[in-house]
Amino acid sequence: MEETTQGSSRLLNGFAETVSPAGERVAQTATEAKIEAIGFNFYYGTFQALRNINIRIPQNRVTAIIGPSGCGKSTFLRAINRMHDRTPGARGEGQLLLGGANIYGEIDPVKLRRRVGMVFQRPNPFVKSIYENVAYGLRVQGVRDRRVIDEKVELALNRAALWDEVKDRLHKASGTALSGGQQQRLCIARAIAVDPEVVLMDEPCSALDPIATMKIEDLIHKLRANFTIVIVTHNMQQAMRVSDMTAFMLMDSATRAGELIEFSPTAELFTNPKDQRTKDYVTGRFG
Amino acid sequence: MSLKSSQMPNYQRRKVTDAIMRGLVLFATACAIVPLVLIVGYVVVVGGSALNWEFFTDVYQPPMTVTTMDMIGAAPTGDAPFDPNDPFANLDPEALIGAEAGDEKGANILEAPARGGVFHAIVGTLLVTSLAVLIAMPIGILAGVFLSEFPDNSVAIVVRFACDVLSGAPSIIVGVTAYILVVNATNPNTGQPYGFSGIAGAIALTFLMVPTITRTTEEVLKLVPEATREAALAMGATTWYSTFTVVIPTALSGIVTGVMLAFARGAGETAPLILTVLGSNVLVTGLLQPIAALPLVTYRYTESPFPSENTLAWGSAFVLMMLVLLVNILVRIATRNRLRTH
Repeated sequence: MEETTQGSSRLLNGFAETVSPAGERVAQTATEAKIEAIGFNFYYGTFQALRNINIRIPQNRVTAIIGPSGCGKSTFLRAINRMHDRTPGARGEGQLLLGGANIYGEIDPVKLRRRVGMVFQRPNPFVKSIYENVAYGLRVQGVRDRRVIDEKVELALNRAALWDEVKDRLHKASGTALSGGQQQRLCIARAIAVDPEVVLMDEPCSALDPIATMKIEDLIHKLRANFTIVIVTHNMQQAMRVSDMTAFMLMDSATRAGELIEFSPTAELFTNPKDQRTKDYVTGRFG
Repeated sequence: MSLKSSQMPNYQRRKVTDAIMRGLVLFATACAIVPLVLIVGYVVVVGGSALNWEFFTDVYQPPMTVTTMDMIGAAPTGDAPFDPNDPFANLDPEALIGAEAGDEKGANILEAPARGGVFHAIVGTLLVTSLAVLIAMPIGILAGVFLSEFPDNSVAIVVRFACDVLSGAPSIIVGVTAYILVVNATNPNTGQPYGFSGIAGAIALTFLMVPTITRTTEEVLKLVPEATREAALAMGATTWYSTFTVVIPTALSGIVTGVMLAFARGAGETAPLILTVLGSNVLVTGLLQPIAALPLVTYRYTESPFPSENTLAWGSAFVLMMLVLLVNILVRIATRNRLRTH
C-alpha cells in the first residue's frame, strides 16, 4: 500500500480526466478485440483454476485485471502466452483467441510468445550486457544484421525511457547492474524490442518503490499507442491510473475456481459497478 | 539483587556455555586445518627444494648408469673374463656414481645427487587428463542439463543415483574396469590385447570425472532462478535455446568450478593410472602407448631406496599441486565475466 499516499492526489485529478475519453475509445473499438476468451476454463491437474471466462480485450488499449489474491488473475494472464506449459498437468480448455486463432490449438507456443511479450512481477534481466538483454528476442528470431539489431535496441530502450540512462554503458554493464526500476524498464524494453502485438504485465510494479512505479506507469501510458497491454495488479489505484478497461475477477468460495465478475471501462467499473461484489471490492469492503 | 540477575537467572551459565562452545568449534576447525597445512607445507618444503630448471626440462635419469664397459672392462682385477651368464660379476658398484664426465667416482650410491626431471610426466599428465576432461566435459554438462531441466522422470532419477554411487566408488575399481574393458580387450586386427595406453587412462579418468561434472552442473543450474528461464521462454525461445543462451551462461562460473574439480581429481588419481597407462621413464607423446604421469612418478619413486629418486617423487608431488592450481587460475581468468555488475 505504499503507493496509496503518493497516488491519492494524482488519483483524483487523473481520474476525472480519464472518465470520458476512456469510455468513448472503448465504444469505438469495441469490435476490435485482440484477445478473446469464450467459455475458457483452466485446470491444474484436477483442480479447476478458471471457470467460464468470457472477455474481449480491445486492441491498443490497457486492460487491467484486478481481484483478491488467488482469484486466478495471474493464471489467466499467463494462459495468454502459455507460460503454464512447463507446469505438469496444467491445461486450458475452451476458446482463448489471439487475433481470431485459438491459443490452445492452432498456434505453436514458441510462435505465440513471439507475438505476446511478457513482463514479470520481479525484474528478471539476464546476466548479459544491457544491449544483449534487449537484443535477445531478436536473436531468438534469428536476426543477424548488426545494424538492424542496433536500431531496434535503441528504439526499444527509447520507448522504455531508459536510453539516456544507459546509452554510454550498453555493452559494458550487466543488466543486473541496474537499479530495480531500471531493471524493470529494461525488461519492458526486452519485451517490446521484437514488436509484439500484446504485452502482458504481471504485477510489474509490486517489487518497486513509488518513484520507479510512477515511471513504469507513465511508460505504460505511452506504450498503449503501439501495443495491446494486459496488466495484472493488486493495486486498485494503479488500475485506475493506467488502464482503459478493467476486469474484476473473484474466486468462487465453493469451488475455489476463478471467475470473471465484471468487465467494463475502468471509470465505469470504479464509479458505477454493476455487480454488488465488484462494488464491495472497489470500495474496500473485502479483499 | 541486580536487575540483570533477576531477569536472567542463567546469565552467567549461558555466558560460560557460549564461551566453551565457541572454543570447541574453534578447536575443531583448527584440527581440520592441521592436516591440510602439514601436507601442503611438507610438499612445498621438501618438494620445492628439489626444483631447479633441469627438473622441469629433463626426463627421468637413473641415479647410476651401467655401461657395457663397466661390465667387461673396468673390473677391479682387470683380467677376469666376461661371463655372459653373470654379466655383473666384474662390476664395481662403487665406480658407477655419476654419469657425466667429471663426476666423482667411488662415492656411496645412496648419496648420489638427484638427477633428471619430470618433464615427461608433466607432458603425460597434461595429455591424459586433458583428453579425459575433453571427453567428460560434454557428457557431464549435457547430463547435468538434463537432470536440472527435466528433473522428475525415471531416467533422471536413475542417472542421479548412478552418479552418486559412481562418484563415491573407490578409484581402484574404476581402474580395474578400464583395465578389463580397454587394456585387456582384444584388438581384432592383431589378436592381441590393446595393452597399456594413454587412451585407456583417459577413459578410466573419464569414468571418475563424469559424475562430478554432472552433479555439479545440475546443482548450479538449479540455482538459476526460474524467472530467468521464464523470461527467455516468454521471448519465444525454445527450451534448448534458452538453456544454452541464458541458463548455462548464467551458471557458467559454477560449471567451470565443477570441471576444475574434476580436472584436479583426475590429475591426482593414481590407482586407475597404474592399471591403465602404466607409466614411463621416457618422453612419450603418443596416446596409444604407456605414458608417464606425475602421480605415478610420486608413487613409484617414493618407495625407491635411492634418495635421488625420492627427491624426484617429492618434486613431482609439488609440481602436480602447482599444475592443478595454475590450470585453475588460468581457466578462471579465461571464463571471468567481464561485465560490470555494479
